Amino acid sequence: MLDWLKAPVASVQDFFVLTGRTFRNILRRPHYVDDIILQMDIIGVGSLGIATITGFFAGAVMALEMSKALATYGQINKTGTLVSLTLVRELGPVLTALMLAGRNASGIASELGSMKVTEQIDAMRALGTDPDQKLVKPRLLATSAMLPLLTVISDFIGMCGGWIIAQLFLGIPSKLYWSSAWQALSWPDDVIFGLLKPLVFAVVISMVGCFYGLRTTGGTQGVGRATTQAVVMATITIFLLDLMMTKIFVSLGGVQ
Amino acid sequence: MTAAGGQPVLRFEQVTVQFDAGPVLDRVSFEAFEGESRVIFGAAGSGKTVLLKTALGLIQPDSGRVFAFGQDLTRMSEREMFEIRSRIGMLFQESALFDSLTIEENVAYPLLNQRSIRCPAADVHRRVQQALEFVELGGTLEKFPSELSGGMRRRAAIARAVVTEPPLILYDSPTAGLDPITAHTIIALLIKERDLSHTTTLVVTNRYQDGNLIANFRYNSEQGRLDRIENGARQSTKTIFMVMREGRLVFEGDQDRLERSTDPYICKFVKQRES
Repeated sequence: MLDWLKAPVASVQDFFVLTGRTFRNILRRPHYVDDIILQMDIIGVGSLGIATITGFFAGAVMALEMSKALATYGQINKTGTLVSLTLVRELGPVLTALMLAGRNASGIASELGSMKVTEQIDAMRALGTDPDQKLVKPRLLATSAMLPLLTVISDFIGMCGGWIIAQLFLGIPSKLYWSSAWQALSWPDDVIFGLLKPLVFAVVISMVGCFYGLRTTGGTQGVGRATTQAVVMATITIFLLDLMMTKIFVSLGGVQ
Repeated sequence: MTAAGGQPVLRFEQVTVQFDAGPVLDRVSFEAFEGESRVIFGAAGSGKTVLLKTALGLIQPDSGRVFAFGQDLTRMSEREMFEIRSRIGMLFQESALFDSLTIEENVAYPLLNQRSIRCPAADVHRRVQQALEFVELGGTLEKFPSELSGGMRRRAAIARAVVTEPPLILYDSPTAGLDPITAHTIIALLIKERDLSHTTTLVVTNRYQDGNLIANFRYNSEQGRLDRIENGARQSTKTIFMVMREGRLVFEGDQDRLERSTDPYICKFVKQRES
Protein backbone atom coordinates (compact mmCIF):
# COMPACT_ATOMS: atom_id res chain seq x y z
CA MET A 1 0.00 0.00 0.00
CA LEU A 2 2.85 2.36 0.84
CA ASP A 3 4.96 1.29 -2.14
CA TRP A 4 4.77 4.78 -3.64
CA LEU A 5 6.80 6.01 -0.65
CA LYS A 6 9.73 3.71 -1.36
CA ALA A 7 11.31 5.80 -4.14
CA PRO A 8 11.24 9.19 -2.36
CA VAL A 9 12.44 7.65 0.91
CA ALA A 10 15.25 5.88 -0.94
CA SER A 11 16.17 9.20 -2.63
CA VAL A 12 16.34 11.02 0.71
CA GLN A 13 18.47 8.21 2.09
CA ASP A 14 20.81 8.37 -0.95
CA PHE A 15 21.08 12.14 -0.52
CA PHE A 16 22.15 11.83 3.10
CA VAL A 17 24.58 9.01 2.25
CA LEU A 18 26.23 11.21 -0.40
CA THR A 19 26.31 14.20 1.96
CA GLY A 20 27.75 12.12 4.79
CA ARG A 21 30.40 10.64 2.50
CA THR A 22 31.35 14.08 1.23
CA PHE A 23 31.69 15.52 4.75
CA ARG A 24 33.83 12.52 5.69
CA ASN A 25 36.01 13.20 2.63
CA ILE A 26 36.66 16.83 3.59
CA LEU A 27 39.76 15.97 5.59
CA ARG A 28 40.75 13.04 3.39
CA ARG A 29 43.35 13.28 0.65
CA PRO A 30 43.55 14.09 -2.21
CA HIS A 31 42.16 17.63 -1.90
CA TYR A 32 42.19 18.84 -5.55
CA VAL A 33 42.96 22.44 -4.53
CA ASP A 34 42.94 23.60 -8.18
CA ASP A 35 39.36 22.37 -8.57
CA ILE A 36 38.30 24.10 -5.34
CA ILE A 37 39.77 27.42 -6.53
CA LEU A 38 38.21 27.00 -9.98
CA GLN A 39 34.80 26.35 -8.42
CA MET A 40 35.21 29.34 -6.09
CA ASP A 41 35.77 31.46 -9.17
CA ILE A 42 32.79 29.99 -11.05
CA ILE A 43 30.41 30.01 -8.08
CA GLY A 44 31.64 33.05 -6.16
CA VAL A 45 33.08 35.54 -8.63
CA GLY A 46 30.65 34.38 -11.31
CA SER A 47 27.65 35.09 -9.06
CA LEU A 48 28.89 38.47 -7.81
CA GLY A 49 26.86 40.43 -10.37
CA ILE A 50 23.55 38.72 -9.71
CA ALA A 51 24.08 38.85 -5.91
CA THR A 52 24.79 42.60 -5.89
CA ILE A 53 21.88 43.43 -8.21
CA THR A 54 19.52 41.36 -6.05
CA GLY A 55 20.81 42.96 -2.86
CA PHE A 56 20.57 46.49 -4.27
CA PHE A 57 16.97 46.19 -5.39
CA ALA A 58 15.93 44.32 -2.24
CA GLY A 59 17.35 47.15 -0.09
CA ALA A 60 15.85 49.89 -2.28
CA VAL A 61 12.39 48.33 -2.36
CA MET A 62 12.49 47.65 1.39
CA ALA A 63 13.35 51.30 2.05
CA LEU A 64 10.48 52.51 -0.14
CA GLU A 65 7.89 50.11 1.29
CA MET A 66 8.91 50.43 4.94
CA SER A 67 9.20 54.21 4.87
CA LYS A 68 5.54 54.37 3.95
CA ALA A 69 4.52 52.25 6.94
CA LEU A 70 6.93 54.01 9.29
CA ALA A 71 5.66 57.43 8.19
CA THR A 72 2.24 56.46 9.57
CA TYR A 73 3.78 56.32 13.05
CA GLY A 74 6.09 59.29 12.49
CA GLN A 75 9.13 56.98 12.57
CA ILE A 76 10.51 57.50 9.08
CA ASN A 77 13.98 58.01 10.56
CA LYS A 78 13.97 54.30 11.49
CA THR A 79 14.06 53.26 7.83
CA GLY A 80 17.76 52.34 8.11
CA THR A 81 16.98 50.10 11.09
CA LEU A 82 14.35 48.12 9.24
CA VAL A 83 16.35 47.85 6.04
CA SER A 84 19.45 46.56 7.80
CA LEU A 85 17.55 44.14 10.06
CA THR A 86 15.48 42.58 7.28
CA LEU A 87 18.47 42.37 4.98
CA VAL A 88 20.93 40.83 7.42
CA ARG A 89 18.50 38.46 9.08
CA GLU A 90 16.30 37.43 6.21
CA LEU A 91 16.40 38.89 2.73
CA GLY A 92 20.19 38.94 2.24
CA PRO A 93 20.77 35.25 3.04
CA VAL A 94 17.57 33.97 1.42
CA LEU A 95 17.61 36.02 -1.79
CA THR A 96 21.33 35.43 -2.39
CA ALA A 97 20.84 31.71 -1.76
CA LEU A 98 17.88 31.60 -4.16
CA MET A 99 19.92 33.34 -6.84
CA LEU A 100 22.73 30.84 -6.34
CA ALA A 101 20.25 27.96 -6.37
CA GLY A 102 19.00 29.13 -9.75
CA ARG A 103 22.43 29.80 -11.14
CA ASN A 104 24.68 27.20 -9.50
CA ALA A 105 22.54 24.25 -8.37
CA SER A 106 21.34 24.09 -11.97
CA GLY A 107 24.89 24.52 -13.31
CA ILE A 108 26.27 21.80 -11.05
CA ALA A 109 23.40 19.39 -11.85
CA SER A 110 23.68 19.90 -15.61
CA GLU A 111 27.48 19.62 -15.64
CA LEU A 112 27.60 16.46 -13.55
CA GLY A 113 24.50 15.11 -15.33
CA SER A 114 26.17 15.51 -18.73
CA MET A 115 29.26 13.79 -17.38
CA LYS A 116 27.10 10.96 -16.04
CA VAL A 117 25.21 10.27 -19.27
CA THR A 118 28.39 10.38 -21.35
CA GLU A 119 30.05 7.86 -18.97
CA GLN A 120 32.69 10.39 -17.85
CA ILE A 121 31.88 9.65 -14.18
CA ASP A 122 32.43 5.92 -14.82
CA ALA A 123 35.64 6.76 -16.70
CA MET A 124 36.81 8.81 -13.73
CA ARG A 125 36.25 5.86 -11.39
CA ALA A 126 37.91 3.51 -13.87
CA LEU A 127 40.95 5.80 -14.04
CA GLY A 128 41.54 5.86 -10.29
CA THR A 129 39.62 8.93 -9.17
CA ASP A 130 36.81 9.07 -6.64
CA PRO A 131 34.11 11.34 -8.18
CA ASP A 132 32.99 12.37 -4.68
CA GLN A 133 36.48 13.72 -3.98
CA LYS A 134 37.10 15.23 -7.40
CA LEU A 135 33.66 16.65 -8.20
CA VAL A 136 31.46 16.89 -5.11
CA LYS A 137 33.92 18.00 -2.42
CA PRO A 138 35.31 21.01 -4.35
CA ARG A 139 31.78 22.22 -5.11
CA LEU A 140 30.69 21.86 -1.48
CA LEU A 141 33.76 23.67 -0.13
CA ALA A 142 33.65 26.40 -2.79
CA THR A 143 29.94 27.12 -2.27
CA SER A 144 30.35 27.06 1.53
CA ALA A 145 33.18 29.58 1.30
CA MET A 146 31.58 31.88 -1.29
CA LEU A 147 27.90 32.08 -0.32
CA PRO A 148 28.51 33.72 3.12
CA LEU A 149 30.87 36.21 1.43
CA LEU A 150 28.34 36.95 -1.31
CA THR A 151 25.67 37.40 1.36
CA VAL A 152 27.78 39.96 3.23
CA ILE A 153 28.34 41.87 -0.03
CA SER A 154 24.66 41.59 -0.93
CA ASP A 155 23.65 42.87 2.54
CA PHE A 156 25.95 45.88 2.22
CA ILE A 157 24.84 46.72 -1.33
CA GLY A 158 21.22 46.37 -0.14
CA MET A 159 21.86 48.91 2.60
CA CYS A 160 23.41 51.19 -0.02
CA GLY A 161 20.24 50.77 -2.11
CA GLY A 162 18.15 51.76 0.91
CA TRP A 163 20.44 54.73 1.53
CA ILE A 164 20.03 55.98 -2.07
CA ILE A 165 16.23 55.83 -1.67
CA ALA A 166 16.52 57.54 1.72
CA GLN A 167 18.55 60.31 0.10
CA LEU A 168 16.54 60.75 -3.07
CA PHE A 169 12.97 60.35 -1.86
CA LEU A 170 12.76 60.31 1.92
CA GLY A 171 15.05 63.16 2.97
CA ILE A 172 16.71 61.14 5.73
CA PRO A 173 20.20 62.46 6.54
CA SER A 174 22.99 60.02 5.59
CA LYS A 175 24.47 59.99 9.10
CA LEU A 176 21.09 59.16 10.64
CA TYR A 177 20.41 56.39 8.10
CA TRP A 178 23.76 54.68 8.57
CA SER A 179 23.86 55.04 12.35
CA SER A 180 20.36 53.58 12.71
CA ALA A 181 21.24 50.79 10.27
CA TRP A 182 24.42 49.99 12.18
CA GLN A 183 22.92 50.21 15.67
CA ALA A 184 20.02 47.94 14.71
CA LEU A 185 22.36 44.98 14.39
CA SER A 186 23.22 43.17 17.58
CA TRP A 187 26.65 41.66 18.00
CA PRO A 188 27.26 38.75 17.81
CA ASP A 189 23.77 37.29 17.25
CA ASP A 190 22.88 38.97 13.96
CA VAL A 191 26.33 38.54 12.45
CA ILE A 192 26.62 34.88 13.44
CA PHE A 193 23.08 34.10 12.34
CA GLY A 194 23.46 36.16 9.18
CA LEU A 195 26.44 33.99 8.25
CA LEU A 196 25.13 30.68 9.60
CA LYS A 197 22.12 30.75 7.29
CA PRO A 198 24.13 31.13 4.06
CA LEU A 199 26.52 28.42 5.23
CA VAL A 200 23.61 25.97 5.64
CA PHE A 201 22.10 27.11 2.32
CA ALA A 202 25.47 26.58 0.63
CA VAL A 203 25.48 22.94 1.74
CA VAL A 204 21.95 22.55 0.38
CA ILE A 205 22.71 24.19 -3.00
CA SER A 206 25.92 22.28 -3.67
CA MET A 207 24.76 18.90 -2.40
CA VAL A 208 21.36 19.03 -4.10
CA GLY A 209 23.04 20.03 -7.38
CA CYS A 210 25.61 17.23 -7.10
CA PHE A 211 23.02 14.67 -5.98
CA TYR A 212 20.68 15.24 -8.92
CA GLY A 213 23.61 15.50 -11.34
CA LEU A 214 25.16 12.22 -10.24
CA ARG A 215 21.90 10.28 -10.45
CA THR A 216 21.02 11.52 -13.95
CA THR A 217 19.77 8.89 -16.36
CA GLY A 218 18.21 9.03 -19.81
CA GLY A 219 20.47 11.13 -22.03
CA THR A 220 20.05 14.84 -22.67
CA GLN A 221 16.39 14.75 -21.62
CA GLY A 222 17.54 13.35 -18.28
CA VAL A 223 20.05 16.20 -17.89
CA GLY A 224 17.25 18.74 -18.34
CA ARG A 225 15.09 16.89 -15.82
CA ALA A 226 17.92 16.70 -13.27
CA THR A 227 18.60 20.42 -13.65
CA THR A 228 14.97 21.36 -13.04
CA GLN A 229 14.67 18.98 -10.08
CA ALA A 230 17.84 20.40 -8.53
CA VAL A 231 16.59 24.01 -8.69
CA VAL A 232 13.12 23.15 -7.40
CA MET A 233 14.41 20.98 -4.56
CA ALA A 234 17.14 23.46 -3.54
CA THR A 235 14.60 26.33 -3.51
CA ILE A 236 12.04 24.45 -1.42
CA THR A 237 14.72 23.25 1.01
CA ILE A 238 16.10 26.79 1.41
CA PHE A 239 12.64 28.12 2.35
CA LEU A 240 12.03 25.21 4.71
CA LEU A 241 15.39 25.52 6.47
CA ASP A 242 15.03 29.31 6.63
CA LEU A 243 11.75 28.93 8.49
CA MET A 244 13.23 26.34 10.85
CA MET A 245 16.36 28.37 11.58
CA THR A 246 14.41 31.57 12.10
CA LYS A 247 12.12 29.76 14.54
CA ILE A 248 15.14 28.45 16.46
CA PHE A 249 16.69 31.92 16.44
CA VAL A 250 13.49 33.50 17.74
CA SER A 251 13.13 30.79 20.41
CA LEU A 252 16.70 31.45 21.55
CA GLY A 253 15.80 35.09 22.06
CA GLY A 254 17.84 36.39 19.14
CA VAL A 255 15.16 38.82 17.97
CA GLN A 256 14.79 41.95 20.04
CA MET B 1 38.06 -23.51 -22.18
CA THR B 2 41.03 -23.95 -19.93
CA ALA B 3 44.23 -22.10 -20.48
CA ALA B 4 47.65 -23.59 -20.92
CA GLY B 5 48.51 -22.62 -17.35
CA GLY B 6 47.99 -20.27 -14.46
CA GLN B 7 44.93 -18.70 -12.96
CA PRO B 8 42.47 -16.72 -15.04
CA VAL B 9 42.98 -12.98 -15.44
CA LEU B 10 39.24 -12.51 -15.11
CA ARG B 11 36.67 -14.88 -13.65
CA PHE B 12 32.91 -14.54 -13.34
CA GLU B 13 31.18 -16.97 -10.97
CA GLN B 14 27.39 -17.11 -11.28
CA VAL B 15 27.21 -13.31 -11.49
CA THR B 16 23.75 -11.75 -11.32
CA VAL B 17 23.09 -8.02 -11.61
CA GLN B 18 19.57 -6.72 -11.05
CA PHE B 19 18.22 -3.36 -12.15
CA ASP B 20 14.70 -2.09 -11.45
CA ALA B 21 13.33 -3.73 -14.59
CA GLY B 22 14.79 -7.16 -13.73
CA PRO B 23 18.09 -9.03 -14.10
CA VAL B 24 20.54 -7.58 -16.64
CA LEU B 25 23.10 -10.29 -15.92
CA ASP B 26 21.71 -13.68 -15.02
CA ARG B 27 24.11 -16.21 -13.44
CA VAL B 28 26.94 -15.46 -15.87
CA SER B 29 30.09 -17.56 -15.48
CA PHE B 30 33.26 -17.56 -17.58
CA GLU B 31 37.02 -17.34 -17.29
CA ALA B 32 39.42 -15.29 -19.40
CA PHE B 33 43.06 -16.31 -19.42
CA GLU B 34 46.23 -14.39 -20.15
CA GLY B 35 46.68 -13.46 -23.81
CA GLU B 36 43.15 -14.52 -24.69
CA SER B 37 40.76 -12.44 -26.80
CA ARG B 38 37.06 -12.64 -26.06
CA VAL B 39 34.53 -11.26 -28.48
CA ILE B 40 31.11 -10.65 -26.93
CA PHE B 41 28.04 -10.44 -29.17
CA GLY B 42 24.50 -9.67 -28.11
CA ALA B 43 21.47 -7.60 -29.00
CA ALA B 44 20.96 -4.17 -27.44
CA GLY B 45 20.05 -4.54 -23.77
CA SER B 46 21.47 -8.05 -23.50
CA GLY B 47 23.88 -7.05 -20.73
CA LYS B 48 27.18 -6.66 -22.63
CA THR B 49 28.09 -3.23 -21.26
CA VAL B 50 26.97 -4.21 -17.75
CA LEU B 51 29.24 -7.26 -18.00
CA LEU B 52 32.28 -5.06 -18.79
CA LYS B 53 31.42 -2.55 -16.07
CA THR B 54 31.00 -5.39 -13.58
CA ALA B 55 34.41 -6.75 -14.61
CA LEU B 56 35.87 -3.34 -13.75
CA GLY B 57 34.03 -3.11 -10.43
CA LEU B 58 31.95 -0.13 -11.55
CA ILE B 59 28.80 -2.17 -10.92
CA GLN B 60 28.55 -4.49 -7.93
CA PRO B 61 26.73 -7.76 -8.59
CA ASP B 62 23.69 -8.69 -6.52
CA SER B 63 24.99 -12.24 -6.28
CA GLY B 64 27.96 -14.23 -7.52
CA ARG B 65 31.62 -13.27 -7.50
CA VAL B 66 34.00 -11.49 -9.86
CA PHE B 67 37.73 -12.14 -9.69
CA ALA B 68 40.26 -9.96 -11.49
CA PHE B 69 43.92 -11.00 -11.22
CA GLY B 70 42.87 -13.47 -8.52
CA GLN B 71 41.27 -10.82 -6.30
CA ASP B 72 37.59 -10.84 -5.43
CA LEU B 73 36.13 -7.48 -6.55
CA THR B 74 32.86 -8.14 -4.76
CA ARG B 75 34.58 -7.92 -1.37
CA MET B 76 36.49 -4.72 -2.06
CA SER B 77 35.71 -1.11 -1.20
CA GLU B 78 35.84 1.54 -3.94
CA ARG B 79 39.26 2.69 -2.70
CA GLU B 80 40.69 -0.82 -2.64
CA MET B 81 39.53 -1.33 -6.22
CA PHE B 82 41.66 1.54 -7.56
CA GLU B 83 44.77 -0.66 -7.56
CA ILE B 84 43.01 -3.40 -9.56
CA ARG B 85 41.52 -0.85 -11.96
CA SER B 86 44.98 0.52 -12.70
CA ARG B 87 45.69 -2.88 -14.29
CA ILE B 88 42.58 -2.79 -16.47
CA GLY B 89 42.15 -0.48 -19.45
CA MET B 90 38.65 0.37 -20.60
CA LEU B 91 37.32 1.95 -23.76
CA PHE B 92 33.82 3.25 -23.07
CA GLN B 93 31.04 3.12 -25.64
CA GLU B 94 30.86 6.93 -25.98
CA SER B 95 34.64 7.29 -25.59
CA ALA B 96 34.02 9.15 -22.27
CA LEU B 97 36.85 11.62 -22.83
CA PHE B 98 36.72 14.51 -20.35
CA ASP B 99 35.26 17.50 -22.21
CA SER B 100 37.11 20.10 -20.18
CA LEU B 101 40.55 18.57 -20.73
CA THR B 102 42.74 18.57 -23.84
CA ILE B 103 43.57 15.28 -25.53
CA GLU B 104 47.01 15.37 -23.91
CA GLU B 105 45.47 15.89 -20.46
CA ASN B 106 42.93 13.15 -21.12
CA VAL B 107 45.57 10.61 -22.06
CA ALA B 108 47.82 11.73 -19.19
CA TYR B 109 44.93 11.38 -16.71
CA PRO B 110 45.50 7.72 -15.71
CA LEU B 111 49.26 8.29 -15.44
CA LEU B 112 48.76 11.21 -13.07
CA ASN B 113 45.80 9.94 -11.08
CA GLN B 114 46.34 6.22 -10.60
CA ARG B 115 48.47 6.12 -7.50
CA SER B 116 49.78 2.61 -8.12
CA ILE B 117 51.19 3.65 -11.53
CA ARG B 118 53.69 6.14 -10.04
CA CYS B 119 54.74 7.61 -13.37
CA PRO B 120 57.47 10.27 -12.92
CA ALA B 121 56.16 13.70 -13.96
CA ALA B 122 59.01 14.10 -16.44
CA ASP B 123 57.99 10.90 -18.17
CA VAL B 124 54.30 11.72 -18.60
CA HIS B 125 54.57 13.80 -21.79
CA ARG B 126 56.74 11.19 -23.53
CA ARG B 127 54.33 8.35 -22.71
CA VAL B 128 51.30 10.39 -23.77
CA GLN B 129 52.99 11.26 -27.08
CA GLN B 130 53.88 7.59 -27.55
CA ALA B 131 50.31 6.45 -26.87
CA LEU B 132 48.86 9.04 -29.24
CA GLU B 133 51.33 8.10 -31.97
CA PHE B 134 50.30 4.47 -31.46
CA VAL B 135 46.76 5.45 -32.46
CA GLU B 136 48.08 7.82 -35.15
CA LEU B 137 46.91 10.97 -33.39
CA GLY B 138 50.33 12.48 -32.65
CA GLY B 139 49.28 15.98 -33.71
CA THR B 140 46.20 16.38 -31.52
CA LEU B 141 47.75 16.99 -28.11
CA GLU B 142 46.42 20.52 -27.69
CA LYS B 143 42.97 19.85 -29.12
CA PHE B 144 39.81 19.33 -27.08
CA PRO B 145 37.61 16.24 -27.61
CA SER B 146 34.87 18.38 -29.18
CA GLU B 147 37.31 19.34 -31.97
CA LEU B 148 37.80 15.72 -33.06
CA SER B 149 35.65 13.46 -35.22
CA GLY B 150 33.91 10.41 -33.71
CA GLY B 151 36.58 8.04 -34.98
CA MET B 152 39.41 10.25 -33.70
CA ARG B 153 37.75 10.49 -30.29
CA ARG B 154 37.50 6.69 -30.19
CA ARG B 155 41.22 6.45 -31.06
CA ALA B 156 42.13 9.02 -28.38
CA ALA B 157 40.10 6.98 -25.88
CA ILE B 158 42.05 3.86 -26.93
CA ALA B 159 45.29 5.81 -26.29
CA ARG B 160 43.99 6.66 -22.79
CA ALA B 161 43.08 3.00 -22.18
CA VAL B 162 46.50 1.67 -23.22
CA VAL B 163 48.83 4.42 -21.96
CA THR B 164 49.42 2.62 -18.66
CA GLU B 165 50.10 -0.65 -20.53
CA PRO B 166 47.46 -2.64 -18.61
CA PRO B 167 47.48 -6.43 -18.98
CA LEU B 168 43.68 -6.55 -19.42
CA ILE B 169 41.73 -4.25 -21.74
CA LEU B 170 37.95 -4.02 -22.09
CA TYR B 171 36.53 -2.47 -25.25
CA ASP B 172 32.85 -1.51 -25.20
CA SER B 173 31.49 -1.32 -28.76
CA PRO B 174 34.67 0.20 -30.24
CA THR B 175 33.18 0.37 -33.75
CA ALA B 176 29.61 1.40 -32.94
CA GLY B 177 28.40 4.26 -35.11
CA LEU B 178 31.55 4.42 -37.21
CA ASP B 179 31.88 4.08 -40.98
CA PRO B 180 33.40 0.76 -42.22
CA ILE B 181 36.84 2.26 -42.95
CA THR B 182 37.18 3.90 -39.53
CA ALA B 183 35.75 0.77 -37.87
CA HIS B 184 38.44 -1.32 -39.60
CA THR B 185 41.14 1.14 -38.41
CA ILE B 186 39.89 0.84 -34.82
CA ILE B 187 39.90 -2.98 -34.88
CA ALA B 188 43.35 -2.94 -36.49
CA LEU B 189 44.58 -0.78 -33.57
CA LEU B 190 43.00 -3.17 -31.13
CA ILE B 191 44.76 -6.15 -32.76
CA LYS B 192 48.03 -4.19 -32.85
CA GLU B 193 47.76 -3.48 -29.10
CA ARG B 194 46.89 -7.11 -28.38
CA ASP B 195 49.79 -8.53 -30.38
CA LEU B 196 52.46 -6.02 -29.38
CA SER B 197 51.63 -5.94 -25.66
CA HIS B 198 50.20 -9.48 -25.34
CA THR B 199 47.18 -8.18 -23.48
CA THR B 200 44.05 -10.08 -22.53
CA THR B 201 41.22 -8.46 -24.46
CA LEU B 202 37.44 -8.40 -24.08
CA VAL B 203 35.60 -6.77 -26.98
CA VAL B 204 31.88 -6.06 -27.00
CA THR B 205 30.58 -5.63 -30.53
CA ASN B 206 27.54 -6.16 -32.70
CA ARG B 207 29.56 -6.64 -35.90
CA TYR B 208 30.64 -10.14 -36.84
CA GLN B 209 33.37 -8.64 -39.06
CA ASP B 210 35.08 -7.27 -35.93
CA GLY B 211 35.19 -10.70 -34.29
CA ASN B 212 36.34 -12.28 -37.54
CA LEU B 213 39.24 -9.83 -37.84
CA ILE B 214 40.26 -10.33 -34.20
CA ALA B 215 40.19 -14.13 -34.56
CA ASN B 216 41.91 -14.43 -37.95
CA PHE B 217 44.37 -11.57 -38.26
CA ARG B 218 47.51 -10.60 -36.44
CA TYR B 219 49.66 -7.51 -36.48
CA ASN B 220 52.83 -7.71 -38.55
CA SER B 221 55.16 -5.33 -36.71
CA GLU B 222 57.80 -5.43 -39.44
CA GLN B 223 55.44 -4.41 -42.23
CA GLY B 224 53.12 -2.37 -39.98
CA ARG B 225 49.97 -4.07 -41.27
CA LEU B 226 47.50 -6.85 -40.48
CA ASP B 227 48.25 -10.31 -41.88
CA ARG B 228 45.78 -13.13 -42.15
CA ILE B 229 46.66 -16.01 -39.84
CA GLU B 230 47.45 -19.09 -41.90
CA ASN B 231 45.23 -22.16 -41.69
CA GLY B 232 45.72 -24.11 -38.53
CA ALA B 233 47.28 -21.20 -36.66
CA ARG B 234 43.94 -19.75 -35.55
CA GLN B 235 44.11 -21.74 -32.32
CA SER B 236 47.21 -19.84 -31.23
CA THR B 237 45.37 -16.53 -31.22
CA LYS B 238 43.01 -17.90 -28.55
CA THR B 239 39.89 -16.03 -29.57
CA ILE B 240 36.76 -17.09 -27.75
CA PHE B 241 33.31 -15.90 -28.80
CA MET B 242 30.54 -15.26 -26.29
CA VAL B 243 26.91 -14.50 -27.07
CA MET B 244 24.65 -12.73 -24.55
CA ARG B 245 20.88 -12.86 -24.60
CA GLU B 246 18.67 -11.11 -22.06
CA GLY B 247 21.42 -11.16 -19.46
CA ARG B 248 22.36 -14.80 -19.96
CA LEU B 249 25.49 -16.19 -21.57
CA VAL B 250 23.99 -18.46 -24.24
CA PHE B 251 27.15 -19.33 -26.15
CA GLU B 252 30.84 -19.63 -25.38
CA GLY B 253 33.27 -21.19 -27.82
CA ASP B 254 35.63 -20.70 -30.75
CA GLN B 255 34.75 -19.39 -34.20
CA ASP B 256 34.22 -22.83 -35.76
CA ARG B 257 31.66 -23.75 -33.11
CA LEU B 258 30.00 -20.38 -33.47
CA GLU B 259 29.64 -20.80 -37.22
CA ARG B 260 28.26 -24.32 -36.82
CA SER B 261 25.64 -23.22 -34.33
CA THR B 262 22.05 -23.69 -35.47
CA ASP B 263 20.54 -21.49 -32.76
CA PRO B 264 18.53 -18.82 -34.65
CA TYR B 265 19.61 -16.04 -32.24
CA ILE B 266 23.31 -16.89 -32.58
CA CYS B 267 22.98 -17.32 -36.35
CA LYS B 268 21.82 -13.70 -36.64
CA PHE B 269 25.25 -12.46 -35.57
CA VAL B 270 27.17 -14.90 -37.80
CA LYS B 271 25.02 -14.22 -40.85
CA GLN B 272 25.88 -10.53 -40.81
CA ARG B 273 29.06 -11.56 -42.61
CA GLU B 274 27.14 -12.96 -45.54
CA SER B 275 24.87 -9.95 -45.91
